[in-house]
Amino acid sequence: MQVSAREAMVHPMERFIGRDLARPDGPAKVRGEAVYVADLRVPGAWVGGTVRSDVARGVLRGFERDPAFDWKRVTFVTAADIPGENVQALIVDDQPVLASGAIEHWGEPLALIAAPDVATLEAALAAVRPRIDPVAPNFDPELSTRVFKSIRIAKGDVDAVFGALPAGAIVVEGTYRTDSQEQLYIEPQGCIAWPPEADGTITVKGSLQCPHYVRKALVRCFGIAPESARVVQMETGGGFGGKEEYPSVVACHAALLARAAQRPVKLIYDRHEDLAVTPKRHPGRVKLRAAFSGEGTALALDADVLFDGGAYTTLSPVVLSRGTLHASGPYRWPSARIVGRVVATNHVPYGAFRGFGAPQTCFAIERLFDRAARELAIHPYALRRQNALVAGDTTATGQLLEHSVGSMQVLDAIARSSAFDRHAWCAPRAGTGAKRRGLGMSFFFHGAGFTGSGEEMLKGRVRVDLLPDGRAEVLAGSTEIGQGTDTLFTAIAAEALGVDTLDVVLARPDTARVPDSGPTVASRTCMVVGGVLEQACRTLRSRVVESGGTWRERARRFLASGGDGSVTVTYASPAGVRWNDATYQGDAYPVFGWAADVAEVEVDVDTCEVDVLRFWTAVDVGHALQPRLVVGQIEGGSLQAVGWAQREVITTRDGRFEQDRLATCIVPTTLDAPRFDVTLVEVPYPHGPYGAKGVGELPMDGGAPAVLSAIEDALDLHATHVPATPERLLALLEAASATPVRRA
Amino acid sequence: MKSIFDEADEIEIRVRVNGVARTLSVPPLRRLLDVLREDLGLAGSKEGCGEGECGACTVLVDGAAVLSCLAPACQVEGTEVVTVEGAGFERVQASFLAHGGAQCGICTPGMIVMTRAWIDACRRDGTEPTEDGARLALAGNLCRCTGYGAIIAAALAAAREERA
Ligand code: FES
Ligand code: FES
Repeated sequence: MQVSAREAMVHPMERFIGRDLARPDGPAKVRGEAVYVADLRVPGAWVGGTVRSDVARGVLRGFERDPAFDWKRVTFVTAADIPGENVQALIVDDQPVLASGAIEHWGEPLALIAAPDVATLEAALAAVRPRIDPVAPNFDPELSTRVFKSIRIAKGDVDAVFGALPAGAIVVEGTYRTDSQEQLYIEPQGCIAWPPEADGTITVKGSLQCPHYVRKALVRCFGIAPESARVVQMETGGGFGGKEEYPSVVACHAALLARAAQRPVKLIYDRHEDLAVTPKRHPGRVKLRAAFSGEGTALALDADVLFDGGAYTTLSPVVLSRGTLHASGPYRWPSARIVGRVVATNHVPYGAFRGFGAPQTCFAIERLFDRAARELAIHPYALRRQNALVAGDTTATGQLLEHSVGSMQVLDAIARSSAFDRHAWCAPRAGTGAKRRGLGMSFFFHGAGFTGSGEEMLKGRVRVDLLPDGRAEVLAGSTEIGQGTDTLFTAIAAEALGVDTLDVVLARPDTARVPDSGPTVASRTCMVVGGVLEQACRTLRSRVVESGGTWRERARRFLASGGDGSVTVTYASPAGVRWNDATYQGDAYPVFGWAADVAEVEVDVDTCEVDVLRFWTAVDVGHALQPRLVVGQIEGGSLQAVGWAQREVITTRDGRFEQDRLATCIVPTTLDAPRFDVTLVEVPYPHGPYGAKGVGELPMDGGAPAVLSAIEDALDLHATHVPATPERLLALLEAASATPVRRA
Repeated sequence: MKSIFDEADEIEIRVRVNGVARTLSVPPLRRLLDVLREDLGLAGSKEGCGEGECGACTVLVDGAAVLSCLAPACQVEGTEVVTVEGAGFERVQASFLAHGGAQCGICTPGMIVMTRAWIDACRRDGTEPTEDGARLALAGNLCRCTGYGAIIAAALAAAREERA
């Protein structure tokens, strides 16, 4: 880590904000004492397993159970045993908890088994065979007729611009493909469920990002009241979106088994099962056509976005939304038309992964800018700078950018740190060695918080209670999944209350105790939930008017005199935010984070293996409330993006992921990771806590286009498919030797 | 919990775990990871893959780093096993905290044990702890959260402090 230039304002009045606190969750983690779900010792618990479809599409006719196996030793659960609705509640009710007729993907859950030990479970799983009548599957999104969601964004008259281009104008076109990607949290999915108590309460503990999503799923599956489903988040070993929606599946399954077996059931996936059946990033195909004036001014953009949603809707409509809203990049387009659709196939359902649709479209527009730069013979840095959105501009949805627009600041910062603006990108070079180096860049923005009216509808809440000893307890549904929620909330609460960090305690996310703060997704925990927390703390602080002594003494006197020491605050959008979901016009996000990346690669000319050596990034986060955490998010997210750019291959065959183990599902190691150079730029957001805006997803967007831009510099190859594997690059090299690419 | 590795008849194994002498009755092929986590209640060693690819289960056996998900119990007969819960990791742990080397924490026990093994190897072989050396030593331990920069910085700082 190297923070090469903090362009931070100095905040001499702030005691905890902007200064790194010790992680409250740190000591237990380094000592191996943090309790993840697999570490829970539950006496009498059985283990659960899932009977799955071995075809990608079909009709379930029943099960053949080997009579030689003693089925009394285990509990067997099918769709018929679901007490409530057979629906995996999320956006659209199309996904069953257990298939009862139609089967839509390989690995679809058909039945569940609980057994006293793993050996018995494995014997039982081997003794059951689903009877399935196969149906011809479709794996090609281009051929799909089932559309989960389509979106159209229009600004100006694109056809008129393309129809009457000024003299000297150019048109650049391209089709950009991005393959799927596995989140690869190092702790696999898992939950433990307890059988219903006498009053009907069901308890589930698990590895998850969104306890209230899981509660909602249990409520539907069991037909019970929200108070009767209790969901507790255990220490969670990484999520990255992968534990946004899928834990609801594991939780419903574990709870069904616990109910049937009348004992606690642990349902913890091994790595093979986790890789085979959990949702990954949506594969994307983005077609772009853009017009630029001869001087490089962006005139019009025509974009067509297609995502493969897999077998069920899951979160696809929202992923598509974010994808289309980022398809125009951080650029000023007088005219733009973006159409997008996400469709059904018989692939395992795709789902949430950090970036959530934006990495796919960001990759496309950034590659297109590189292509345009070559055609126009303008430096790619200069072309981006020339067209970058600045305060006062409007986006493709007509959103007027007013606050915290750090576009120029991040471009300035990346030029200073990497000197890319002075690099002769794609100029002919002398070197003929076996290894060639290249530099490339990307420029991008990412909407912080939920899209459009999402935050208004979520109404995230936070409560702060004074405990009898005078400490303040923060109750929020936001989860610590490694990103540093606990540290951040401690800093915000202590700062806003004007107390010491030891006067703040955090409640564990447990739906029986904490209010619904909305999910821990979409880069919203700091900016949205943190903002609500700040307000709650300020309100509480203003109530405690008692003077003299420490905070705890004053708080105790306040409570003793009958003061109300409990404050709940609900999120309200800043005044003036407007969004039209029907026309996709208006303020798509409360605010954007801005960033620019530069990657340096070394490519082996014979094997086309790509080594990413250095990675510069400049990021506008509004205000870095905990700089070390912010840098941790940026470096971690950037490495995921670099991995996706060139080595994280995910392929399918007959609807099955071919990478079914860590030996084949490759992610970067210490030796593959570049040296990072992070510059934090701070352009404060007036409606965020202490000026902060979201950062979690932003670093996922720019890595892939920067790496492919650097490969273009090194090899003179315009690669358009992520990941740029050696095989793909070699094929391009061979094609290029037949038709030489023009050097700009 | 009983698995396919646990089917043979139990044998008696004598081993020191975190300084305590133990005599265990276990099937010979029971995974050391299960012996530690389930039989001895030492849940600090994590299972990220169960097949030797992630490093989350790393422990020291007679001072050498071993993937406990691949080691059968019979192999540790007569050895000294040290897990992240054991002694000798304090400086490495403090360094991980100071540098932000632990985010979600699931890779952290393996990283800390491996860092200890690397520092000891540097001392034993008389090699200077370097960034490249740390990267090589930790190449078998996957982390999906940090991008590794903070982990390498933590490992290097701990190694240099111990030399000083
Ligand atoms: S659990 Fe042993 S290497 Fe992954
Ligand atoms: S800290 Fe999460 S995997 Fe390393």
